[in-house]
This record gives sequence, C-alpha cells and structure tokens, in this order.
Amino acid sequence: MADQELDARGLNCPLPILRAKKALNGMTSGKTLRIVATDPGSVKDFQAFAKQTGNQLLESGETGGEYTFILKKG
Amino acid sequence: MASKKMAIIASKGTLDWAYPPFILASTAAALGYEVQIFFTFYGLQLLKKDVGFLKVSPLGNPGMPMKMPFGPKWFRDINWNIPNAVQAVIPGFESFATVLMKKTIKDKGIASIPELRQISLEAEVKMIACQMTVDLFGMDRSEFIDGIDYAGAATFLEFAGQSDICLFT
Repeated sequence: MADQELDARGLNCPLPILRAKKALNGMTSGKTLRIVATDPGSVKDFQAFAKQTGNQLLESGETGGEYTFILKKG
Repeated sequence: MASKKMAIIASKGTLDWAYPPFILASTAAALGYEVQIFFTFYGLQLLKKDVGFLKVSPLGNPGMPMKMPFGPKWFRDINWNIPNAVQAVIPGFESFATVLMKKTIKDKGIASIPELRQISLEAEVKMIACQMTVDLFGMDRSEFIDGIDYAGAATFLEFAGQSDICLFT
C-alpha cells in the first residue's frame, strides 16, 4: 500500500504530472505516492519525471485502460 | 547541483498558442527548472488579469480540425471544411469556434489557461512583460496580473544566455 493516493483519471497532459508534483510537495522523503491515470502519454512522462526529479518510479503498470504508477519521494 | 534553466518567448495572443508556453513552463517548474517567460507583442494578452477573452481562429488556419464536441460519434467525426471566404463573412465565427474549442478542452480533461498560468506563478515561473510592446499598444500596467516584471531584450538575453533550453513560441 502506498502512503498516499492520487486520482488523475480523465486528466490530460500535463495535469497528471503537475498534480503528482503538488502531492509530492506535501510529503516527506521516502513516502510513496500511488497515481492512477487514463492518459496514455503519462507512461513515458512519469518515467521522464522520475529521471529528472530524483523521485523513484517503483512501479508502472496498466490494467483495462488505466495506468498505475508508484513514486517514492526522493 | 544547480537547477536547469528554460527561457521562453511568448509572442502570440490566441487561445491555442497560449498553451505551449504555459504547459512547458508549469511542467519544467515541476521538474525543478528555473523558468522565465518573456511576453512580447500579442503574447502580452496572456498576462491580462482576465484571459477569458482569448480566442482561436480557424480563418487561414488549414491545419485546424473543425469538429463538433457534441452529438453522436459519426457527427463528431466530421471535419467541417469551411472555406475561408465563408468564415470571413459570418459574424462571430471566431467566437463560435472558440466556444467549441473550450468545450472540447474541458471534455478532454485539458487544463484551462488560467489554471496553467496560476500553477506557473505558484511555481515561481518568472514572467516578464515587454515594456516596449506595452507602450506600442497603449496598454496600462493596471491591465496585467500582479507579480510580473517589465523589461526589455537585454533582460531576457541575460537569462536566456545561461539557459539550457530556449524557445520562441
């Protein structure tokens, strides 16, 4: 279980990233954030986000048109 | 590690062209970039207190699909190819196209321009209005949002010269 959840379903670029960033701002280092999105572009975008921000992408998956990501705050 | 820098010139004042500078600025700020946007010529419209008047124009814009954001799927899929000469004589054609575009933006979960601008401001994106264009267009500082600077080319170039990414939009 992640420490915090973010529902980004129905949101388009760049809102899933911006909402995730906002959620991470309120979290302490080492905590995890689980994001659910429907934007297919978010798969590549969360990889790029993790790579550039030092927050670790622990999981990335897809089931039935929904994309799930787990980020660990760096 | 020093943060990366991105410098953008925003020179267009339509609803569609308001997106590139604000999407890139807000996202870059979320990635830890230091961002400055220099608003010049028609781009100054993006700094007005209320940006609800921004319009999109299909006139002379053959790349712009004209699709209806309502009705059955077969109807939505039609790309209405309306000749320039017809568009030009219909009063309010731009306003009509803008209403359709705004509805599509909302239906597809795309952020509004006021929202992206607000996120950018909260993320400390520095916004600079071109003082020369403010004078040229006879605008007044009271028309613009607070928290912006007024300066010229030398100010932009100082930051742009150290930037990792530099864009003209």
